[in-house]
Amino acid sequence: MSTLLRMQNITKTFPGVKALDSVNLEVNAGEIHAVVGENGAGKSTLMKVLSGVYPYGEYEGQILFEGSEARFSGISDSEKQGIIIIHQELALVPLLSIAENLFLGNEVASRGVIDWQETFRKTETLLRKVGLREAPTTLVDKLGVGKQQLVEIAKALAKEVKLLILDEPTAALSEADSQALLDLLLELKSQGITSILISHKLNEVERVADRITVIRDGTTVSTLQAAKSEINEERIIRDMVGRDMAHRYPERVRSIGEVLFAVKDWTVYHPEHAERQIIRKACFHVRKGEIVGIAGLMGSGRTELAMSLFGRSYGQNISGEAHLHGKPIDVSTVSSAIASGLAYVTEDRKALGLVLDETIQKNISLANLEGISRAGVLNEAHEQTVAEGYRQAMNIRTPGVYQKVVNLSGGNQQKVVLSKWLFTEPQVLILDEPTRGIDVGAKFEIYGIMNKLADEGRGVLMISSEMPELLGMCDRIYVMNEGALVGELAAAEASQERIMSFIVRS
Amino acid sequence: MSTDLAEKTHGGASVASYLASHLRDYGMLLALIAIMAFFQVITDGTLLKPVNITNLFLQNSYIIIMALGMLLVIVAGHIDLSVGSVVGFVGALAAVMMVEWQWSVYMTIPVCLVVGILIGAAQGYWVAFWKIPSFIVTLAGMLVFRGASLWLLEGQSVGPFPREFQALSTGFIPDLLPFIKSIFGLQRMNGLAVVAGIAIAAVLVWLGMRARTRNKAYGIEGEPFSFFVLRNVLVAGAIIFVSYKLSTFRGLPNVLITMGILTVIYAFLTESTVLGRRIYALGGNQKAAKLSGIKTERLTFLTFINMGMLAALAGLIFAARLNTATPKAGVSFELDVIAAVFIGGASMSGGVGKIVGAVVGAFIMGVMNNGMSIMGIGIDYQQMIKGLVLLAAVIFDVYNKNKSA
Repeated sequence: MSTLLRMQNITKTFPGVKALDSVNLEVNAGEIHAVVGENGAGKSTLMKVLSGVYPYGEYEGQILFEGSEARFSGISDSEKQGIIIIHQELALVPLLSIAENLFLGNEVASRGVIDWQETFRKTETLLRKVGLREAPTTLVDKLGVGKQQLVEIAKALAKEVKLLILDEPTAALSEADSQALLDLLLELKSQGITSILISHKLNEVERVADRITVIRDGTTVSTLQAAKSEINEERIIRDMVGRDMAHRYPERVRSIGEVLFAVKDWTVYHPEHAERQIIRKACFHVRKGEIVGIAGLMGSGRTELAMSLFGRSYGQNISGEAHLHGKPIDVSTVSSAIASGLAYVTEDRKALGLVLDETIQKNISLANLEGISRAGVLNEAHEQTVAEGYRQAMNIRTPGVYQKVVNLSGGNQQKVVLSKWLFTEPQVLILDEPTRGIDVGAKFEIYGIMNKLADEGRGVLMISSEMPELLGMCDRIYVMNEGALVGELAAAEASQERIMSFIVRS
Repeated sequence: MSTDLAEKTHGGASVASYLASHLRDYGMLLALIAIMAFFQVITDGTLLKPVNITNLFLQNSYIIIMALGMLLVIVAGHIDLSVGSVVGFVGALAAVMMVEWQWSVYMTIPVCLVVGILIGAAQGYWVAFWKIPSFIVTLAGMLVFRGASLWLLEGQSVGPFPREFQALSTGFIPDLLPFIKSIFGLQRMNGLAVVAGIAIAAVLVWLGMRARTRNKAYGIEGEPFSFFVLRNVLVAGAIIFVSYKLSTFRGLPNVLITMGILTVIYAFLTESTVLGRRIYALGGNQKAAKLSGIKTERLTFLTFINMGMLAALAGLIFAARLNTATPKAGVSFELDVIAAVFIGGASMSGGVGKIVGAVVGAFIMGVMNNGMSIMGIGIDYQQMIKGLVLLAAVIFDVYNKNKSA
């Protein structure tokens, strides 16, 4: 078996972070090679290096494709060589037909005039190859996600693919669609197409992969071979996790009280597709002074759960009960949720948390303008005192509260968001990926703030994709998968392996 | 401390450097002054003659009044193209009520304002609650209300109006302080106008000083003292100068009072109230505002209701000024109003803009219209020049923004 692709000692640094550190990846011609690792381990970065999103020169190391060194300066370069990547978010134009999408940027045309007959003929051949029975003129919009995924693959085949890269292809698919897709991958393999499969779902990987490369913290941990029967869940999980976690989290003396916040049978449907259940009968509680984590993969419904609880900001046909101190509370609008004592720190702080072009002061007061006004008239002097107080308490590093938040670093921006919510005097804080995109030092500070909030007797619910962070911070962890809470672990019994096994086995 | 010292010793330099770094804030005001100076010279002093100053206010009052509402709409991240047609429609409605139905003025005005509110609500409803782009909703409104005014007037001009109604636009506040005239021994001088001008200038200076002291107490870094003095002297001087000029003609126009009071109210609303702050947050980041408990839909709805009411008021004032309602009244006013707001520094994407900026923007357009008309420049060139000024103003704004970022 010959080697199709060899990535040698790939190192990629971003300002302040080493995303990839001497990663090696070797893919043989005609195999299905899986790349697995936790969120943030560096899988996507590696694929971006391979496909030319990060062009030659922005990384160190060497890429050998078909025996010669490849120096891609963009995606179009790698595509010309036959390396085609299908991203998690599909890149189809919804209001164009299947045929138009397949040949987008690669049109069957002479002198700019499209030959529709030839286009349709080729489309039909390709659709047959991927087993999709749809007319070439059908709009992509009308297809379900599973079929759209097949269109993406057909699009790759239209470009005479040599190496097909699929980034979490089954993340959004139903069980049946996932099986069909995996069958297609095996079928393509028999036709001689090599593919790289990036996936969290270890049962899928186990089923189709010939070899697996495990990446952890930006380095290659191991390459496992099916032929040597090295591929099994326990082995993969062990390689994926397991790192030194000492002293990355501030110490805290726990004093946990009675149940503060409780949610019962919380059910939410998709905002557009009323029949799709996104959250299934979620039940959980947070005690006074407790930090509770929700673990799960991206797309498992954690953010949707939080947003639907916070003033129905996501979904429709929401049912279930929310209690604070044992009494039902109204969370039907954002303002009533805030008034009830909830606060939600969003995952995407730039798009959902901050008014970037405004000052720190105006951002901090935004959720509680009543607190700095009388009869609707603002008291800006008081506002400034409040903002200045938080600037010092939170250690927001900036010359003054008149700075625009757009100029702050991620960590400082997050402190502004936290200040905003603390000013509403919440009893329960829901923190959605509170340390995403924040450097290590600022993370430690955010953890410290979280501990302080718990010490003050508030309840903290923390959503995170970084398992070590959940294990390091939480008193209790719920595991979420496909919209349901599938497991609950106390801090003492929690481990990455146990969380992972809840996810992969549910 | 060392910077304070530097300020005192190099007063002139600090004014220049402060101005250079805050060109975005003061640029349009400087442009207005430059444009006025230019036309003052080129028209041999006609521009600042008392009668022409009065005219400037009468001619631009309705644009400025609408610019106040449009600023809120644009800050909220929307646009209203229908205001010109609403001006025509409300004028037509008022004419039909007063001339054909013989309604009293005091009945007509409130009813017309309510109609404006309803028009704003009808459009705002679709924009706010159905998320239909405001460009489309108000484009439809523009066509509908233009048609409706044609229909109401049956293609005719309707007028004239009762005197009380005309007073809305062309009336003047009587001289309540006639003794001042005799103190100075002058024939033509409106004492009230002069006293009002001095009083307003004094209040502005006092407010400025109060804010400055308060800021200093909180350690907020403000403009250099020399700049503060210069700015206040210029502003106060301009107000006293204008009021003196007005006093030698017919005194204070009613519409100037309406406009002035509305400007103060809206400046206060946008800068110092919870409501105003929320509108800026809504335009700055709608999703973040919503997740901070702001009822964004209702707020958007309100800005359109407000715009409808101000457009109706402008329609009444414009009809009163012409003393007749014509089906063509208000055509392309929306463009002048929107241009005024953008020249005044508002951002197309929302969240940015000031009431004072919008008023200055409206005056830039107004002075150019007036000056070019005095010069006898044809409407063809006028339009071209105005278009280029709008473009230049926005380029200037974007350039300064990029430079500061």
